[in-house]
Amino acid sequence: MNLRYLLRRLATLILVLIGVSILSFAVVPLVPGSPARVRLGVQATPAAVATLEAQLGLDKPLHRQYLTWIGGVLRGDFGESLISSQNISAEVTRRLPATLQLAFAALAVGLLIAVPAGISAALRPGSGRDVGVGIFSQLGVSVPDFWLGILMITFFAETLDWLPSSGYVPLSQGLWPFLTHLALPAVAAGVTSGAIMTRFVRSAMLEVMSQDYVRTARAKGLHERVVVNRHALRNASISIATIIGLQMATLLSAVVVIEIIFSWPGLGSMALNATLQRDYPVLQAALLLFAATFAIINLLTDLSYLLLDPSLEYT
Amino acid sequence: MVTDFLRRFIRHRLAVLGAVIVLLLFAAALFGQLLAPHDPVAMNFGSRMSPPSFQHLMGTDEFGRDIFSRVLHGAAVSVQVALIAVSISTLIGVLLGAMAGFFGGWLEEVIMRLMDILFAFPAVLLAITVMAILGRGIENAMIAIAIVYVPIFARVARGAVLSVRQREYVTAATALGRSRQAVLIKHVLPNALGPIIAQVSISLAFAILAEAALSFFGLGTQPPDPSWGRMLAEGRSFMRQAWWLGVFPGLMIMLSVMGFNFLGDGLRDLFDPRMRSRR
Repeated sequence: MNLRYLLRRLATLILVLIGVSILSFAVVPLVPGSPARVRLGVQATPAAVATLEAQLGLDKPLHRQYLTWIGGVLRGDFGESLISSQNISAEVTRRLPATLQLAFAALAVGLLIAVPAGISAALRPGSGRDVGVGIFSQLGVSVPDFWLGILMITFFAETLDWLPSSGYVPLSQGLWPFLTHLALPAVAAGVTSGAIMTRFVRSAMLEVMSQDYVRTARAKGLHERVVVNRHALRNASISIATIIGLQMATLLSAVVVIEIIFSWPGLGSMALNATLQRDYPVLQAALLLFAATFAIINLLTDLSYLLLDPSLEYT
Repeated sequence: MVTDFLRRFIRHRLAVLGAVIVLLLFAAALFGQLLAPHDPVAMNFGSRMSPPSFQHLMGTDEFGRDIFSRVLHGAAVSVQVALIAVSISTLIGVLLGAMAGFFGGWLEEVIMRLMDILFAFPAVLLAITVMAILGRGIENAMIAIAIVYVPIFARVARGAVLSVRQREYVTAATALGRSRQAVLIKHVLPNALGPIIAQVSISLAFAILAEAALSFFGLGTQPPDPSWGRMLAEGRSFMRQAWWLGVFPGLMIMLSVMGFNFLGDGLRDLFDPRMRSRR
């Protein structure tokens, strides 16, 4: 692997992470009103607010406040919630698995839609099947995920009573209850990504099917199934794998929305609750975690291009 | 050249369908107030949650308000927010991206890394955060959505400018002694417009989705103004008894998003030089 490219990408990642942390930190100084006021309530005396501000270090210059905050974050300490006075790190540790589980499940739903649909459309371009897949992917891209979520809750949970309408059960309390609670949010969060990925899979597969080695494989009399599975699919899987990374932005945004709709106790619903309650240190933590996750996945995607396709040259 | 473009546009069925949907949406936004059969905020407790009928095409909500009239008013809100938000992000994003692509060097590094940083935040979370800083309300929703989509326009504009910058007419204009700003504005930007226009249409779709989501969470449009996202939030708890409360506003969002997506995809095809030679 090209070492210079790797080092340059790592340097960029660190730069982006620093920028992301500054922006996340900036939320508290930017919102109107003092965090001390939020914690003490409206009736607190100015003197009490000033004392708490000094305790929280809010009277120090901004760059000092930032360094204190980021120093804590690097040691795994996000500070305290203004509302509950609880340690935010404990809250994050509790909620992170729920968000990751939902994100992976949504990605799985997206891939389970996109790979079969995209391939079957690409094998018969212009056929009724291709048109059907095209219509599905247009609908899937356009449907608001939160609307899909509430429609599914109304239909599958409240009317048919097949699945729970909201909430979360950890995996430790049994696989079945975990999965039934996961099913609706995962589908609601995964459909849009699935629809977008369908298009990518279809065009990746179309591209591969027009290559010389596919024609050669057909010409030497191989069965069509062997041509597709052994020759086309393996080569298309390189571009399909990289699509996953490109979908992370859409997927993580959908996870935030769907967590709120389904009362899923993850970082997304934590962020909205924090905003509504003006608990900005909690919002800071959520922002930093989401953005850092995204930046790191982005880097891994870029590097996976290199691993999967050695013929690519990066400078 | 323009007639040639129009001829190819008409032949692109998806683009035409998208344009028709978008025109209908604009018509609803402009003339909805005149066409609305009822007052969108007038409550009528005598006809609460009545199903769709000739008198109330989309039924009435939990306060007896006519949903069709509210949906028409919501169109005005959605279109207004989307147009203003996307105009702001286009202006800022294209300016930043064009400068990055045209001048290169450290300026490009700084601009594009800043865009990477903004882009790292999930769209909805970034919008919610901006709303937290600025406060609730429709104007702030526009600003929040505008900020979210600046990086996309910067990237598209930079890519377009990079591909145009190497062309002969740009070299010629530079060789003739035009200043760099003049070359950028007169020669590079007009030729890089295609992908940017397509991105505008696609971003309008996302902006409508984002406004609906923000209003759904109670951060965007404030009561009693009707907006599709708010109608869904209010109707959500009644959906089992009265499906029309949750179905029609959602369908309107989806249809509008589809219209802008079709139009954007179509425009992208039509502006893509590779497509031109294929037909």
